[in-house]
Amino acid sequence: MSNHIKKAVRHIVQNEGLIFEKSSPGKRAFDLPPLDVPAADAPKTLGESYRREGVAGFPEVSEIEVLRHFTRLSTWNYAIDLGMYPLGSCTMKYNPRVNEYVARLSGIATEHPYQPQELSQGCLKILQLLEKCLLEITGMDVVTLQPAAGAQGELTGLLLIRAYHQAHGNPRKKVLIPDSAHGTNPATAVIAGYEVQNIKSDAAGQIDMAHLREHVTSDVAALMLTNPSTLGIFEQQIPEIGEILHAQGVLLYMDGANMNALTGVTRPGDLGVDVMHLNLHKTFSTPHGGGGPGAGPVAMKKILEPYLPVPVLVEKESGKLTLDFHRKESIGKVKAFNGNFGVLVRALAYILAYGPGIRQATEDAVLNANYIRKGLEGVYDLPYTRPSMHEVVFSDAIQKKNGVNTTDIAKRLIDYGFHPYTTAFPLIVPGALMIEPTESESKEECDLFIDAMKCIAAEAQATPELVKTAPHNTRIRRLDEVAAARKPVLRWKPAEKRSKAADLSSAQASF
Amino acid sequence: MRYLPKSPAEREEMLAAVGVKSIKDLFSTIPEAYRLNAPLNLPAAMSETEVIDYFQQRASENSVGYTSFLGAGVYNHLRSVVTDTVLQRGEFLTSYTPYQAEISQGTLQAIFEFQTMMCQLTGQEVANASMYDGSTAATEAVLMAERLTNRRRVLVARSLHPEYRDVLKTYAKNSGLRVEEIGYTAAGTLDSKGLQAALREDVCAVVVQSPNFFGAIETLAPLAETAHQCGALLVVAVTEAVSLGIVRPPSEADIVGMEAQSLGLAPSYGGPFVGVIASREKYVRQMPGRLAGQTTDLEGRRGFVLTLATREQHIRREKATSNICTNQALCALAATVHLTLLGKEGLRELAQQNLSKAQFALKTLEKIPGVRRTFTAPFFNEFTVELPRSVKMINDELLREKIVGPFVLGTAYPELTKHALVCVTETTSRSEIERFAATIKRALEQPL
Repeated sequence: MSNHIKKAVRHIVQNEGLIFEKSSPGKRAFDLPPLDVPAADAPKTLGESYRREGVAGFPEVSEIEVLRHFTRLSTWNYAIDLGMYPLGSCTMKYNPRVNEYVARLSGIATEHPYQPQELSQGCLKILQLLEKCLLEITGMDVVTLQPAAGAQGELTGLLLIRAYHQAHGNPRKKVLIPDSAHGTNPATAVIAGYEVQNIKSDAAGQIDMAHLREHVTSDVAALMLTNPSTLGIFEQQIPEIGEILHAQGVLLYMDGANMNALTGVTRPGDLGVDVMHLNLHKTFSTPHGGGGPGAGPVAMKKILEPYLPVPVLVEKESGKLTLDFHRKESIGKVKAFNGNFGVLVRALAYILAYGPGIRQATEDAVLNANYIRKGLEGVYDLPYTRPSMHEVVFSDAIQKKNGVNTTDIAKRLIDYGFHPYTTAFPLIVPGALMIEPTESESKEECDLFIDAMKCIAAEAQATPELVKTAPHNTRIRRLDEVAAARKPVLRWKPAEKRSKAADLSSAQASF
Repeated sequence: MRYLPKSPAEREEMLAAVGVKSIKDLFSTIPEAYRLNAPLNLPAAMSETEVIDYFQQRASENSVGYTSFLGAGVYNHLRSVVTDTVLQRGEFLTSYTPYQAEISQGTLQAIFEFQTMMCQLTGQEVANASMYDGSTAATEAVLMAERLTNRRRVLVARSLHPEYRDVLKTYAKNSGLRVEEIGYTAAGTLDSKGLQAALREDVCAVVVQSPNFFGAIETLAPLAETAHQCGALLVVAVTEAVSLGIVRPPSEADIVGMEAQSLGLAPSYGGPFVGVIASREKYVRQMPGRLAGQTTDLEGRRGFVLTLATREQHIRREKATSNICTNQALCALAATVHLTLLGKEGLRELAQQNLSKAQFALKTLEKIPGVRRTFTAPFFNEFTVELPRSVKMINDELLREKIVGPFVLGTAYPELTKHALVCVTETTSRSEIERFAATIKRALEQPL
């Protein structure tokens, strides 16, 4: 192991097979209280529908084995709790534990979405306060908390736009999307029934205004703009962009994925944005949990209010809160029940802890990104030099000369005890290194990161093979993704049991 | 602020290193007229204790202390503290989507185990890493059928969860997909004559739920045959996954769209839950969502990666199978741990208890004069009864006894105004069932 590596050392982790391979008939890990009513005769009661035996292949293990199994698996993961997670565009910040605690309270986690609204005033007050906070932060007029995640928020936003245009006589045909946008934007536009027109970025990473003007016609429903863009650059022309769009009746949609750069500093509503989504699992710190759950509220201007998805939270004259399901012009339901309530609870807990001081989080996030940029400028190529907001995008142009690409550097970063930055993105930067430290990193952690990145740059020059074959210190090495896709094995089957011994012995041999 | 790890001196040092005088300089690209000069108007910052107090007060304004007979797509089941102990491990809770496989094997293997269990439960060959919830899983199943058949009509059982139908309609509206509903019989199951009449060669899928919204279990084999005769696919929605511990799995389905909330997740006022899409191997390339697959590393050791990503939005952009980025990984983990704890025998016993309690509840209610079962088909832990008076009135009476009454079917089915959907799980005790029945009896005896 390289003695440059300051943050991490190797330590023993346990091997562990699949839970199905540990199973032995007759073991169990959960006891039910005794049945206090007569046992139903299942074959007779269910008739033809009766399943004659239990679920074949289901594991049979004891409680300690369950806990050890999943604890061992957990030790194979990197996590924010272990260190910096500089994935650009993902905003991997600290997930405060009090948020987990309150989401599990009896009276919060236990509530049924169909229970009478007079027994749900607590839940509804939580939703109302979160709505108020998000409106204040975004500077918008109305918000829906229904969407389950950012992508569903995008879809909701585009359906609102569609309904708006439809009500004005014509849903229109196209959605404009800058070439720097995340792939979800075009995928969403298609599901909302729109054609996608790409808009070029100029040499400085801003929207090419001439190209935009050319494409803004009465056929266009909206422009989907991420601001700051995926280059980490604030789109300075946004007020002007809004004017160009609005002159043709086109609406401005903002992808709020990067709201961590703006919270408390400026408000999309003031910048001319008509509708936007927020990723609560990014800016508002609800845990990513290995890939979800999230929540993607959509905030909008008054003009879109008639089309809100149902239900809509309403305060009656008596002060009682209620959910209104009957709205004539609504786009309908985007998800069953009342949004991802448990995620919304955590986001509110996060906002309440900060209060107006949430601006400090934004400032620290931007400071960290710029500090890292300064530390690595010259070491890595900086294709767009405009000031960075919450993230900085380098490229592997310098290291490529030695055959080392962004993925190699990212994999080597793992050996240094860090999670990689984002590599595959943005598409307009070939070989991108997209780094977003967030406000949760101390100066010490940022210094360690800069140091690691400098060491890797030196290795890329002196010992490129070392970088190209990284990671070297992980439990397993690079995996064969081509084989995985060519002949997909997507579930365990009993016949595969034979390979268990082979797996174990080869795993042990590596130590 | 306790979440921020910088001292004022460190901030100054870092600003100096960056080469700016003040933090404001880092925001200079935002046009000045649009910069906020005053603090946001948010509630004052709270300490941890104050945050807890706030939510405890809200919790006390909810239904604590009430017994509930609500199901209708969200079920109250026992959950082990072991599940939550695993979920709160920071390595699971605070990790990202497992794109960097070398340091995400924990999440990836857990997803692989989840996919396997979902196949075993549903009798299908392949399952994805999860969807937002049951309503979006059922919807994505229909969109998948549309891609597979290239047809634009879908026949949906009226006994599919009303909110699932609503979500499907929202998604279908702009994709040129026509949604038509098929009624139900006196048994409470899909009207197969109505289905025959509506089924033509332009139908991509027939969608049924089993047990359906009324609790009735559908017989799937003949439905699959009917659908296949016309080249349509059978999509089966499941909202109560515990039923699969004792009820035949929907193995005749071409695609299953399931809600797995009842496998270890709290009701949580409607989310987050976990949707499942399971299908046949031959359809996997048209499946939406993430998939974990088994492979080997450079040294031949078994490992797992996210695979077949060329279907997904971050690669395919406007040609993707779906716009979904996230799955519900942590919720899927909860279901995996919960099912592992239950195991083969535990799941069977759990299902048996639900079946027994629901049978007991129906028999107890049927003793009340004027109360009768609405439908005749077999059911699992939910059933429909007709009451001689308005369900709303009965529910008001139940509330006075601290009982949250059954789902009022009239709110979603105008033809069933006097009918109630009763759910009883292993968490409902015999005495609660008896108190529930006694309260209804008393309410019905009162003069109008």
